[in-house]
Amino acid sequence: MSGTYLGMPAFPQAAKAATRDTRLRANLRHATHTIRDKRARAVGELDDWAVLREAGKRIKDRTLRHLDTYLLQLEEHVTAAGGTVHWAADAAEANRIVADLVQATGETEVVKVKSMATQEIGLNEALAAEGITAYETDLAELIVQLGDDLPSHILVPAIHRNRGEIRDIFAEKMARWGRPAPEGLTDRPADLAEAARLHLREKFLRAKVGVSGANFMIAETGTLVVVESEGNGRMCLTLPETLISVVGIEKVLPTWQDLEVFLQLLPRSSTAERMNPYTTMWTGTSEGDGPRDFHLVLLDNGRTDTLADEVGRQVLRCIRCSACLNVCPVYERAGGHAYGSPYPGPIGAVLTPQLRGTTSAVDASLPFASSLCGACYEVCPVAIDIPEVLVHLREQVAGQPGHRAERAAMQAATWLFEHPAALAAAERAASATRALHPRRLPLGPAKAWTETRDLPQLPAESFRSWWQHHHTEPPTPPEPTS
Amino acid sequence: MRVALFATCVNDAVLPRAAIATVRLLERLGVRVDFPEQQSCCGQPQFNTGYRHLTEPLVRRMERVFDGYDHVVTPSGSCAAMVRDNYPRIGAKAQAEGRGDELARAAQAVTPRLLELTEFLVDVLGVTDVGAYFPHKVTYHPSCHGLRMLGLGTRPLGLLRAVKGLELAELPGAEECCGFGGTFAVKNPDVSAAMGADKIANARSTGAEVLCGADNSCLLHLQGMLRRQNSGRQDAPLRAVHLAEILAATETTPWSPA
Amino acid sequence: MSSRDAILARIRAAVADAPEPPPVTRDYRTAHVDDDHAAVVDLLAENLADYRARVHRCTEAELPALLARLLTDHGSRSVAVPPGLPTAWLAAAEGAEQHLDDPEQPLTARQLDAIDSVVTGCRIAIAETGTLVLDAGPGQGRRALTLVPDHHVCVVGSADQVVASLPQAVPLLDATRPLTWISGPSATSDIELDRVEGVHGPRTLEVVLVG
Repeated sequence: MSGTYLGMPAFPQAAKAATRDTRLRANLRHATHTIRDKRARAVGELDDWAVLREAGKRIKDRTLRHLDTYLLQLEEHVTAAGGTVHWAADAAEANRIVADLVQATGETEVVKVKSMATQEIGLNEALAAEGITAYETDLAELIVQLGDDLPSHILVPAIHRNRGEIRDIFAEKMARWGRPAPEGLTDRPADLAEAARLHLREKFLRAKVGVSGANFMIAETGTLVVVESEGNGRMCLTLPETLISVVGIEKVLPTWQDLEVFLQLLPRSSTAERMNPYTTMWTGTSEGDGPRDFHLVLLDNGRTDTLADEVGRQVLRCIRCSACLNVCPVYERAGGHAYGSPYPGPIGAVLTPQLRGTTSAVDASLPFASSLCGACYEVCPVAIDIPEVLVHLREQVAGQPGHRAERAAMQAATWLFEHPAALAAAERAASATRALHPRRLPLGPAKAWTETRDLPQLPAESFRSWWQHHHTEPPTPPEPTS
Repeated sequence: MRVALFATCVNDAVLPRAAIATVRLLERLGVRVDFPEQQSCCGQPQFNTGYRHLTEPLVRRMERVFDGYDHVVTPSGSCAAMVRDNYPRIGAKAQAEGRGDELARAAQAVTPRLLELTEFLVDVLGVTDVGAYFPHKVTYHPSCHGLRMLGLGTRPLGLLRAVKGLELAELPGAEECCGFGGTFAVKNPDVSAAMGADKIANARSTGAEVLCGADNSCLLHLQGMLRRQNSGRQDAPLRAVHLAEILAATETTPWSPA
Repeated sequence: MSSRDAILARIRAAVADAPEPPPVTRDYRTAHVDDDHAAVVDLLAENLADYRARVHRCTEAELPALLARLLTDHGSRSVAVPPGLPTAWLAAAEGAEQHLDDPEQPLTARQLDAIDSVVTGCRIAIAETGTLVLDAGPGQGRRALTLVPDHHVCVVGSADQVVASLPQAVPLLDATRPLTWISGPSATSDIELDRVEGVHGPRTLEVVLVG
């Protein structure tokens, strides 16, 4: 990935362009609606979904409350099984650790399994700066990498591209990275998948170093779990001599048994499958099977700050399924890039400002990138109340400098609502002048409203006034019919 | 049974027809309704924009104004959800900030008694057929807060199905947000408008004359878009109408456009 | 202070005042199907087929002939064989040259890439999800073996290996072994979130249910 999120504009500006991009809108609508319906069916097959969801939530909450204990257990068991555990406080330290490990092997290229943690820390760019090429091997990540693009979805980073665009990217760009696309490549998904297979096979066979993340880490056994679909994950986790996994500290689960919950919750929420095609589980190293060298890099990078926030910490339950993106009406219309981080959509709007803070324009705008419709909370398999966290973060942003006018308006509104006599007078004045009110206004929030919507025609009198002047008690108030 | 109307600030100042209709409907059903005039706003705009502290006096006001009523009925799903979901949070946060339990107690006092109109009709009065007459083709948008936070479920559609003369058309993508979202509508106007345009296109696809909702803040946004779209249109205009107005209409006092 | 100590200290400070969360509840179902083993095996077959695995059923006596036919039908001239695979299984597969993955001299990735098929057993199979679990035990081989060849024939040697659900499967598995869970052939949803089969892993998965 050579693109960058640095200097992204605030969400509303980026989204404005996206809402006008008819091809992007069509791609996103098609993809999100396809998966939305499938997810509902896959979840509907399990009549104990609500119970599983509660179990998942509680397991995660318990883990987070005792995270130190479980991480130490994990470290002990990974180490006992022949792995090496590293701890990285931030992105720079994680990148340094990985670059040093790769350089110690003498290799200058690595194959990568799709991983949100390595996107978050910008590992590919950091490795490139050290002369190490990282090849993305997940189909969608490959599309993004070849297209010199940025990911726009957690599960399907190239969701903003349709099959025709993917065909063009493969035909034009594959040759620069290795084996060219077959002559006469069509836009049939099966042909595109075949092109990716041929392009990457040589890289898998020669790779000496693999880099991955993990979906789960089991404290009591030291086992790491990667779920995937294509088999590129298995290639990267199995064929190289050295495997380096960069994993957020919140991905630990206490017990092996916990997998029976999360392997039901994740695939159905994510790809809407009963089970994803491939899941790999490994514990340290195994004689004669897979990498001889295994390194686990445990990543903080803002997670402990999030953990300290009593409302915000629930976001650390996230298992990166992306169900919230797929049902989000804002994501569907704004696209993933507008969120300015590898974590787009509702979860990104609550995760990114917690991991990165709210100082940049885009990060400060993210908590407001939601109509609070609650569709995300409804589908979340670990019951993260995203609207609650959004409002909590809005409070944080509203307390920062630069909100003087808004604060004054809100204070004025509260004052008016605290003085109903003044409110009534204001209503009378507004009604009296209603013939003079324009339908469009030139400035500020009123302009934002009236660009696409008429202002409401104010009534001849408020309800309050109607009640005082026209409402008469019913003649004989009978008892209610209940 | 003492019943108070919480009209809400939007209905009071901008769209009084829904509140008037609520009063007429409840009185027709034999319920004596009070309108305590010291009421104003639930504080949702402030709270959802990040000004929780500015909401606190309004929580106290709600508690004071509606003290002593058995039920407080409001024709607004989102204001009901604000009280029910967020007042307890406001109380809990004040407590966590070391400011005692006064707000928590105020929230606790008002929260359980506040009901959205269709909840009051169906759950308290036990009626589905309210004796209404509305000879129009109608499609219903279940606003998000009613749908997901309050869990109104089949209540609104059940009430509409029992209205004489009313032809109900199913709204495609009904559960999708209309794009209002309070200050979202002005902070993210382009996405908000794109969502609204899709909602309206879905409503038009049903051939309905009326896009009904139980939340006037959503209808304010949709009606604003409809008015902009309708100017210059040749076909029959679609209009947004609050559920209370439909339920209040009868053969002797029929609904009429503004 | 090392980053390890710093992170642990930050965690402890972050949750110091947090209340103890409610206890974990496990009142979810242990299975979503009735306790009828024949029906469970049928469900496995159905779910495997739903994700485009080719499912075959036979008796133990019919197995060698069936495996030979599957290799022939696929046009396989070579087959990788994990150590410990019952010799009878491939006794009739005369058309395909057998390459035993000898632990002393394992097949390289490039050698595997040139081999047409692989035949293995599995540890267990999970009906509700249509999943085969391999744990690198006898007759299953190391993980690369079932990954690089384009055609995987996986034998569920006895109905006893079939369980209904995840809660039934997880306790049977040994976390210290390398595990591969396979639910259908390699697939992707990366193009327009529509599922297509066949990317890097074996594009053809054939499952033989014996018994």
